Amino acid sequence: MSRPLHRLLMPALVALLLPWGALHAEDAAPVASDPALEARVQKLGEELRCLVCQNQNIADSHADLALDLKKQLREQIAAGRTDDEIKTYMVERYGDFVLYRPPLKATTVLLWAGPFVLLGAVAFALLRRLRTRAARAAAANTLSADEHARARALLNGEEKQV
Amino acid sequence: MNRFLWPLGIFVVLAGFLFAGLYLNPREVPSPLIGKPVPAFSAPQLADPGKTFSPADMKGKVWLVNVWASWCVSCRQEHPLLVELGKSGVVPMIGLHYKDERDAGLKWLAQHGDPYLLSAHDRDGRVAIDFGVYGTPETFIVDKAGVIRYKHTGPLTPEKLRDDILPRVKQLEAAT
Repeated sequence: MSRPLHRLLMPALVALLLPWGALHAEDAAPVASDPALEARVQKLGEELRCLVCQNQNIADSHADLALDLKKQLREQIAAGRTDDEIKTYMVERYGDFVLYRPPLKATTVLLWAGPFVLLGAVAFALLRRLRTRAARAAAANTLSADEHARARALLNGEEKQV
Repeated sequence: MNRFLWPLGIFVVLAGFLFAGLYLNPREVPSPLIGKPVPAFSAPQLADPGKTFSPADMKGKVWLVNVWASWCVSCRQEHPLLVELGKSGVVPMIGLHYKDERDAGLKWLAQHGDPYLLSAHDRDGRVAIDFGVYGTPETFIVDKAGVIRYKHTGPLTPEKLRDDILPRVKQLEAAT
């Protein structure tokens, strides 16, 4: 009786413990020994698109090119280049496409301003619509003098006398 | 009536954009290098590591740069076309042997044919980064002054070669 139960429970126990083990596993050691440098590589890498796997940044990607570019980042940071200089280096080679936040230029104005323009247009349309509706409702609600008199009478409970 | 036409209109516009998007190639990233001088580099030649190649060696000629590797499957796909182009002698082509072992590259050329004037060996991919290479094969046209005029990413097709590459080469060669 206890054997089958055991068999059932063991995998469940293992399954429960596995994530615990994964949580406590050591992260892969950074390639460069300097954690500050590695943090900068990570931060810059998150701003740069991997061109091989286009919906990943190069910090996340393990594509060959991304690894090479991370190596470039490491070397250039170690050589004392600023973030802007490194980004310029990347843009010179791969174009604005490599940046997850493209610069504001004539060709990208629509990209940056588009959502706000759209929001503004919709807000304007909504406002106008609400106003006309309110005006129409107000117009519909105006009563003639006769109706006013009748309403007053109703409110005073004099309906029957009318 | 208007109330029903609006969503329909928005839908049609959106569908139009999405439909056009189906035929765009997201891998075709416009290269910022077009119109810029070809990156200066010096790399050992594949066949003769004692010698180096530098783009300055090609000054005064219109030439192609083709990035290839023995591990690159699409390179194999376009290679017969390149071999044909090499045989025709229309335009000199320099190979950039990208992130590959020398032996593997030489063996590959022996097996599939060598259309290149020579290949520069870019073992660690550093030269290719300067060329903004992100997907092999890639082909560049460089003019007589050493300026990059055109870039194609992905395997060349006979149509691409006939309609885009060769006319440009001819035009650039005619220019002084």
